[in-house]
Parts: sequence; C-alpha cells; structure tokens
Amino acid sequence: MTAKIDTMSPIRAREPEAQNNVTPAPPPGETPFANSTIKLQAEHLNFYYGDFQALHGISLKVKEKQITALIGPSGCGKSTFLRTINRISETIRHTRVEGHIRLDGADILKMDVTSLRRRVGMVFQRPNPFPKSIFENVAYGVRVNGLDKKTPLAETVEKSLKRAALWEEVKDKLHDSALALSGGQQQRLCIARALAVDPEVLLLDEPCSALDPIATAKIEDLLFALKSQCTIVIVTHNMQQAARTADDTGFFLLGKLIEFDRTEVMFRKPSEKQTEDYITGRFG
Amino acid sequence: MKLSFRRKAVNAVMLTLTGACTFLVASVLLVILGYLAWNGLASLNLDFFTKLPVPAGETGGGMAHAILGSAKVLLAAMLIGVPIGFFAGVYLAEFGDGVFPGIIRYTTDLLNGVPSIVIGIFAYALIVLPMRHPSTLAGGIALGVMMIPISLRTTEEFLRAVPVSLREGAMALGAGKARTIFTVVIPAAKSGILSGLMLNLARVAGETAPLLFTAFGNQFWSPGWMLATATLPQVIYAYAISPYEDWRRQAWAAGFVLLVLVLSVNAVARFAIGRTTSRGRS
Repeated sequence: MTAKIDTMSPIRAREPEAQNNVTPAPPPGETPFANSTIKLQAEHLNFYYGDFQALHGISLKVKEKQITALIGPSGCGKSTFLRTINRISETIRHTRVEGHIRLDGADILKMDVTSLRRRVGMVFQRPNPFPKSIFENVAYGVRVNGLDKKTPLAETVEKSLKRAALWEEVKDKLHDSALALSGGQQQRLCIARALAVDPEVLLLDEPCSALDPIATAKIEDLLFALKSQCTIVIVTHNMQQAARTADDTGFFLLGKLIEFDRTEVMFRKPSEKQTEDYITGRFG
Repeated sequence: MKLSFRRKAVNAVMLTLTGACTFLVASVLLVILGYLAWNGLASLNLDFFTKLPVPAGETGGGMAHAILGSAKVLLAAMLIGVPIGFFAGVYLAEFGDGVFPGIIRYTTDLLNGVPSIVIGIFAYALIVLPMRHPSTLAGGIALGVMMIPISLRTTEEFLRAVPVSLREGAMALGAGKARTIFTVVIPAAKSGILSGLMLNLARVAGETAPLLFTAFGNQFWSPGWMLATATLPQVIYAYAISPYEDWRRQAWAAGFVLLVLVLSVNAVARFAIGRTTSRGRS
C-alpha cells in the first residue's frame, strides 16, 4: 500500500539544525534499528491546567528514527504529554509546564517556538485540512517557514504527497478543495502537510481514531516507511496498533508514566501489574 | 369514548389555529409585495431608473438621483462600518476573554439597540452642524455607525465557530497567531462573515430616519460627497406625503424597487450562509 515513497531523499543534509546533533544522524534508509541516539528526552515533566496537575514527573527517552507509542486510558495525560513536545499546549490559557524536554539536547522551552514547530511536526486526532486546495494545504507550512525560496514549491508539494502515499490519488486534482477528500485521504494530507517542512520528529495524536480499518492500515504502513526519515511519537487508544507499529511503548495512567520499555517487553512481560491489567483489558 | 372525541377536537382546533397563523405570516410579505407592485409597477419604466424628477405637477421623470444617492451613502456606510466592526470582531473572537472585551461586547449590544433616529441626531450634531450643510458623507457616517454592532458580532460569531483544530493545525506548522488568524481562521469563516455583512447592509439600506437629518434630500444630482443627496427611503417619504398623484405613484414604485433589492440581497446572503454551514459539518 505504501506506493512510491521517496526514502532516499537527502532531507537532513540541508538542515542547519542538524549541526546540533550529538552524533551525526546516519543517512536516511540505513538500518534504523541499529541506531539508538536519543532524539527527545523528557525530564521530570509536570503539567498543570490551572490548579489541576495533568502530568506528574514524566521522564522518558525517545530514540531517533524509531516509533514510540504512548498508550493508556482516556484522560491519562498521554495527549497532554504529546502536546507539550511541540508546545502547542501553550495555546490553551492557564497552563503551566515544569521540568525539561530536550530535543537533541537543547531545552525546547527555551527555543523559538516557530523553529521548534518546524522541527517537530504534528498530526491531530481528527483530520483538520484547511479550507484551501490540496496544494495550498501542503504548501502552507513551507510558506510559513519561508522554505519556498530554496526549493520550488511544486517540487516540495509533490515530494511530500508521495511521502504520505497520497500523490497517486490526488495528482490530477491538486487545486481542488481538500475538504472533498475522504477522511483517510484527509489524514494522509495532514501528514503530507506536516512532512512538507521536513520535520525531525513527527507527533501523531490518535491519528486513526476517526478512520476505518482500511484507512488505518494505510496510515500504519506509512508510519513504517517514514520511520527511516524521522522520529515518530504516536498516541493511540488502540493497543493492537501500538503492538503492530511501535518499537518502544509507554503506558500512562492518571498523569503518571507507569512503565516504558521495548514494545515486545511491554506486551509480553510487563513488569508493572497496572500495565498488565490495562493491556489484558482488565480495566480502562 | 368522550375523551377521544375531546382529544380529536382539541387537535383539530390547534391545527387550524397554528396553520392559519403560519399562513398569515407567509402571506404578509406577499400582500406587501403585491400591493407595492399593484400601485407602483405602472410608474416603473426605464425613465424611473435613468431620469431626474420633473417639476411638481408634470408627470414622468424618475429617481436616478435617489438610486445613485442610496448607492453612494451605502458605499460610504460600508467603508466606515465594515472595517471597524470587522477588526473589532477579530479582536473579540481571538483575544476576547476578560473584563474589557466583555464591556465592549455589552456596549456593542447597547449600540445596536439605539433607535436609528437618535443616531441620526448624533450624526447631525457632530457632522452636519459643523459643516453647516447636510451631505452624502454625513448620511454614510450615520448608517456606518449603525452597521458597526452587527458587523462586529457576526464577525466574532463566525470566527468563533471555526474549529480549534484548524488553529492548532496552523500553529503546529509554525504559524504565529496573527498569521493563523489571517491565513486560516478568517478564510474559513469568510463566506459566513460576508453573508452577515450583506444582511447588515440590507438592513440599513431601508433606514430612513437617520438620513432625514444627514443626507437630507435633493431634487438634482449630488456630485462628490459633500452635498445633500436624495436617497430611496427619503424620496419615498417625501413623495408619499406629497399632494401630487404622480409622485405618490412613484413613491410606490420606489418602495417596490427598494424592497426587491433588499429581499434579493437577503436571499443571496442566506443561501450563502446555508451553504457554508452545511459544508462545515461534513
């Protein structure tokens, strides 16, 4: 299903931020499993909505070019955690963060928020295409970040749509409204939109919860293909999805990170009773 | 058995009552339109749209000066009332939590309730008196002030109806607040806001009271913006109370033209609003 994905594109080569890397990233497409550089690191992260503390001392490490899944019952804080990584959580009033999140070692809370969000893309729970054409949707982030001066826009749009496995379906109607696409296509468009600025990290907040199983399968295939190019953090309600796609999995409960380990360990031999109860469906 | 008869009787009475009232409501508009057409259509010819009025007592002539005058006054009103209301609406929708925006919202609603004649006096005192004569501009300002509250509230309502997920989507791509508002939120609310503005325009198009003091009226063309001008509602008023049979017929015709214009703007706007809301739900 993953059509033609341009895995060999030298995306990282022209990123100025790549110089900050602790160790230089290997060329895309090369043995992603062997690499275990830490891309993102949360340290004692607390998050408050007004007086309510939604996250309690979260510490975890996200490895580069791997898929990290966050699971847990509704309201456990996994989405809140995801939303602090690109600081979109700041757009809600009366919220407060304590602790650190480091991207390649640099504290994101001290970064310029625009350059952070260019490096850390996000796909939301419900497809949220802008009421513009397919082309303009993908071009949006490129224009916002002024990247269209480097590469011709049409080229970037085509490449992004190919990476999101949507090109074949929309290449003849790039200037039609994005709202005319199906839900699954819209979600892949949102992924293409996020990919167009070549993010280093892609955050996905339950990206398949509004989609049918076929569209879900397409998105999962896509995640596998994208893994060689960027680090993926996915929040999901669907445990099979975490088991199928993720390298590492974290289990959240009531704002705490209960357990974080390799996915096969989490699903076969979790060390915490609460994790086991949740995974086997005894609650949640 | 008796209970069942009572139930059926009550049902029949209520059905008749509600049905008759509904019919009455619907027929009022048709009666008004028909009556205007019956009385005015005879005077409605090409001259009505292209000629100036003839001296009292002669028959013929037209209302070209009032049609153009109305268009100019409404254009001025739009240029004043729409931007002020629109930008204030953007502010209230995007930054409008707290005491100060609450006060603005409240005073706006009060302004909306101010009788139009009071706004006319206000424009008279502030613009016509210092200038020493009525003008197209003064009429435009009076109607412009009347347009502000509704421009503001429709802009605010339609912007607030744009889903948070769209704003977040734009901001997650690195767009700042202003950029998000102007490139995603406002375009998403565009057709709703435009339709609201058209309804607003249609509403003030029929206003007469504020124009009596400000645009005043004129038997001739009114070049520029600084001279008194005729407008359709004012000419209807002046002609309808005149002693000349032909003038009164022309007043009916002008009423018919005004009503058709306002109704068609209304219909177009409502059609556009209907389309946006049904598309927004998909």
